[in-house]
Amino acid sequence: MEIKEVICISCPLGCVVKVEIDDGGIKNITGYSCKRGITYAQKEITNPVRIVTSTIKVDGGEKPLVSVKTKQSIPKNKIFDCMDEIRRMVVKAPVEAGDIIIENVAGTGVDVVATKEVQPAFLINQ
Amino acid sequence: METYEVIVIGGGPAGLAAAVSAREHGIDRVLILERDKELGGILNQCIHNGFGLQIFKEELTGPEYAKRFIDKVEELKIEYKLNTMVLNISEGKVVTAVNRDDGLFELQAKAVILAMGCRERSRGALNIPGYRPAGIFSAGTAQRLVNIENYMPGNEVVILGSGDIGLIMARRMTLEGAKVKVVAELLPYSGGLKRNIVQCLNDYDIPLKLSHTVVDIHGKERISGVTIARVDDKGKPIKSTEEYYSCDTLMLSVGLIPENELSREMGVDINPVTNGPRVNESLETSVEGVFACGNVLHVHDLVDYATLEAQNAGRNAAEYVNKYNDNSSKAVDGAEINIIAKNGIRYTVPEKININRMDESVIVRFRVTDIFKNAYVVVFLDGERIIRKKRLIMVPSEMEEIRLEKAKLAAHDQLRTVTIEVEKE
Repeated sequence: MEIKEVICISCPLGCVVKVEIDDGGIKNITGYSCKRGITYAQKEITNPVRIVTSTIKVDGGEKPLVSVKTKQSIPKNKIFDCMDEIRRMVVKAPVEAGDIIIENVAGTGVDVVATKEVQPAFLINQ
Repeated sequence: METYEVIVIGGGPAGLAAAVSAREHGIDRVLILERDKELGGILNQCIHNGFGLQIFKEELTGPEYAKRFIDKVEELKIEYKLNTMVLNISEGKVVTAVNRDDGLFELQAKAVILAMGCRERSRGALNIPGYRPAGIFSAGTAQRLVNIENYMPGNEVVILGSGDIGLIMARRMTLEGAKVKVVAELLPYSGGLKRNIVQCLNDYDIPLKLSHTVVDIHGKERISGVTIARVDDKGKPIKSTEEYYSCDTLMLSVGLIPENELSREMGVDINPVTNGPRVNESLETSVEGVFACGNVLHVHDLVDYATLEAQNAGRNAAEYVNKYNDNSSKAVDGAEINIIAKNGIRYTVPEKININRMDESVIVRFRVTDIFKNAYVVVFLDGERIIRKKRLIMVPSEMEEIRLEKAKLAAHDQLRTVTIEVEKE
């Protein structure tokens, strides 16, 4: 039997929810103040996911970087694999918001998309 | 001199929403003046998500949130000038500004909306001893360097202050390969949102030391480390708790100050608690026809609330201009009622209400002075209690609001003051 603590972020109260786990999964949940705490803790223990946001280098753009995000959330333990791919990537201007920059990042099945447009540098200098 | 009906100072989230709202309420000649090279303000460097949950019911990143309003500005053909610095606004609403295309120019406004936002408190405001080496950044400056300019401030980071920007940067620097060693917070509670503590610090095992501060900065050319100590309940560092952390970067996330130089110069009354203009229910400052919204008025924790406030300011400015065009009397009957913040309430926005001018209800936003659990927000009309609302928890870092109904205020004979306070159980 193992007890994991999860801080619920559903409201500023920040309840420390205690989750008892054994081989069969979650055995008991305590420490919450409302049912949102149960749902949150269950999700954090069984399948914690996050949206990752970062920037990717732009070649020939009016700006050196374009901001990006994973289109859906990805498993928490894939965040750094995802960042490795993001940091290696260079994209050519122009970029439109919503453009897919990396497909299936870190094998998660989720794409990394641009969240902003970047025009080519020459358009701006004219 | 060229005349506009509404001139909006600042093209960040508040300015954009205010301009759109003024146009949607029938104003043709609206102009936004923005000093940066693009619209969107601070949202452009806030590449993380979590914006828009209140307004759009979805999680957007900063640039995506800004785009919704920039697209609206373009669609409504609202004029804007970029790279334009406003130098002065006269009491008669002559706006003096400068840019490279137009040089120095003056514009006459009928109404002005102040939406200049805020800036970060700097090291100078903190009195940390030690040398002045390179490598000390405000968190927002570091955010701009990393997210826009493609420049990493350093590899070993200590963050002083647990404001939201500092927390966000703790995660951002970690994702970019830096080691964030500790976040030190002077107060016994964090100045940031709960979700940021969990998702920016706990997710990456970054320690948050509450009741701690930086007591010394080491290094001559470049910062080489800091000494951190626990503080007692008066905020005084305890010598025996001193700990040394080596680092090449110190980030400060120690609060934001509304940027009101222009407001002050034009004679707008400033509230010393918020550092923002004193406003009435219409978000109008002490200078008639001059409105304020967003972080220049008071620092918000969620952009959604800045947007809602700005929409209100835009609508009220439009209404003011429409009256002005009618040439009817601008004066409104009825006295202004003061809203007084007491016992546990740090400030309220607005601070005054005129019942004859208010809508069916008005939202009063406020912050509490401390953490309150299972407490009540109570509202008194003169001596009579009309509202007593229970809150599970209230914290200084999260803005609160309460709605005042016109009918209730009007029913109270000879109303002079509305008092809002926290009542413990």
